[in-house]
Amino acid sequence: MDAINTLAPPAPPLRKSRVRSGRRVADRLLVGACTLATLIGIVVLGSILAMLIIEGVKGFSPLLFTEPTPGPGSEGGGIANAILGSLVMTVLGILVATPVGVMAGTFLAEYGRHSKLADLIRFLNDILLSAPSILIGLFVYTLMVRPMGSYSGWAGAVALAIIATPVIVRTTEDMLRLVPATLREAGAALGAPPSKVITAITWRGASAGIVTGIILALARIAGETAPLLFTALNNNSWFSPNLMGGVPNLPVMIYQFALSPYANWQQLAWAGALLITITILALSIVARFVIKPQRAR
Amino acid sequence: MNAATGITSAPLAGRHKADENSPVRIAVKDLNFYYGSFHGLKNVNLDFHDRQVTALIGPSGCGKSTLLRTFNRIYSLYPDQRAEGQILLDGQNVLDANVDLNELRSRIGMVFQKPTPFPMSIYDNVAFGLRLYEKLPKADLDVRVEESLRKAALWDEVKDKLKQSGMGLSGGQQQRLCIARTVAQRPEVILFDEPTSALDPISTGRIEELIEQLRSEFTIVIVTHNMQQAARISQFTAFMYLGELVEFGPTTRIFMNPEKRQTQDYITGRFG
Repeated sequence: MDAINTLAPPAPPLRKSRVRSGRRVADRLLVGACTLATLIGIVVLGSILAMLIIEGVKGFSPLLFTEPTPGPGSEGGGIANAILGSLVMTVLGILVATPVGVMAGTFLAEYGRHSKLADLIRFLNDILLSAPSILIGLFVYTLMVRPMGSYSGWAGAVALAIIATPVIVRTTEDMLRLVPATLREAGAALGAPPSKVITAITWRGASAGIVTGIILALARIAGETAPLLFTALNNNSWFSPNLMGGVPNLPVMIYQFALSPYANWQQLAWAGALLITITILALSIVARFVIKPQRAR
Repeated sequence: MNAATGITSAPLAGRHKADENSPVRIAVKDLNFYYGSFHGLKNVNLDFHDRQVTALIGPSGCGKSTLLRTFNRIYSLYPDQRAEGQILLDGQNVLDANVDLNELRSRIGMVFQKPTPFPMSIYDNVAFGLRLYEKLPKADLDVRVEESLRKAALWDEVKDKLKQSGMGLSGGQQQRLCIARTVAQRPEVILFDEPTSALDPISTGRIEELIEQLRSEFTIVIVTHNMQQAARISQFTAFMYLGELVEFGPTTRIFMNPEKRQTQDYITGRFG
């Protein structure tokens, strides 16, 4: 006790404790509020997932992946046609969005970095990024479905591509900007033209981040419903290989079946919803693993 | 010479004697440089001698890095930067609009403050510059890569892991990798922009040794914040202040017997 007193003369005890207790209360309040908010978030998410798993698992059977959707009121069937339709349109969409998005992101981060045009494109891209997806659906409806006189998988894929593109543009630009300017200078200092610096150095340096962006865009469009409502619609059988006419897909199938009065359809909607969630979860996990080795280096 | 660190203990030893008769490799004439409206270099006139190390010293913001970055026109990556005047490399003005920048940059190599290994293997890092303009058969490429890594005193440390990423090396090794990459192109001039300021003393010593060895083949310009380093490794020193060249001469004279008061104040640590 004596030793402590000689080391540090005690501050006025009353004032000190008042300040301390005031801070302690504020600290506890903030920690408490943050914890509560986190708990609310987790409980809501957790109950959605729990509900989905409980209801979805009931409908899981091998038939799900082999049989097409059944007619209204009939029993049995699966969602194989919707799974395949979703897969085809999502892959087509991402195949269109990836080159456009990566190139545009590269323009924004590299060639156009200091230009007014880039500022404008970036601004428009941000608007597109947050545009309501039903607008995209209507846009493609006007652009493709009406002139062609039919719903089609092509229109669905284009709508999904339009949703995915701004996501890829944004992540590509952000990831390229993380590549240090000195790397570009070092490339240029060796006499490499900009195209070589970009393809051999900055793309390579940002590759993990760009791939992650593409996977996240894939996850995003895998669950989009609104853009497909006006474009691919749905169809209770196998779709034609030329993708004309309604093309079944998981999101619209879930939307229609869940609202239907038939127990069998409702059950299939739950199963489809669980399947989409698992897919998106898996894609997000894959995206995390793509980033990991980059950081470890 | 301290054997353990490679750092010279006698900074002004005989090997640092400047050869004032060696030909001029780079002649800077009435050089002005602007960052937007900011006048970064003011009427700089300066000669760089062949196969000599010239150190550019001065306080932060004096323009020494700016001057270095005009020689290979690396500043032109940024749209609001411009240079006026003449920089004659073997008599040819590198500031001429019709100069092929990529060819110029293969003749003037540059090593940066922070090591800048590319995200690729050690071998590919060194071969990067070679593959740009020389279509060498694989065997010749192997020879050039080994030769360059040896010149950068890195070969023994990496010869068994050439396929591994260059990012996995230590900071000092990365910097020597960057030197190997630059040397591989067989440039005439090598620019060093504070090459050791991100390195520990032992790595710094090795880089300084290396610069001394490279001097037999290349004309070297080095920007440094470290006056002891300038004294240890250079034959000529230029002292800059506020965008102007204050004094230039053989390193021994600048450090022992500066003509200008500002130079004296700076090297004795009175400011900067």
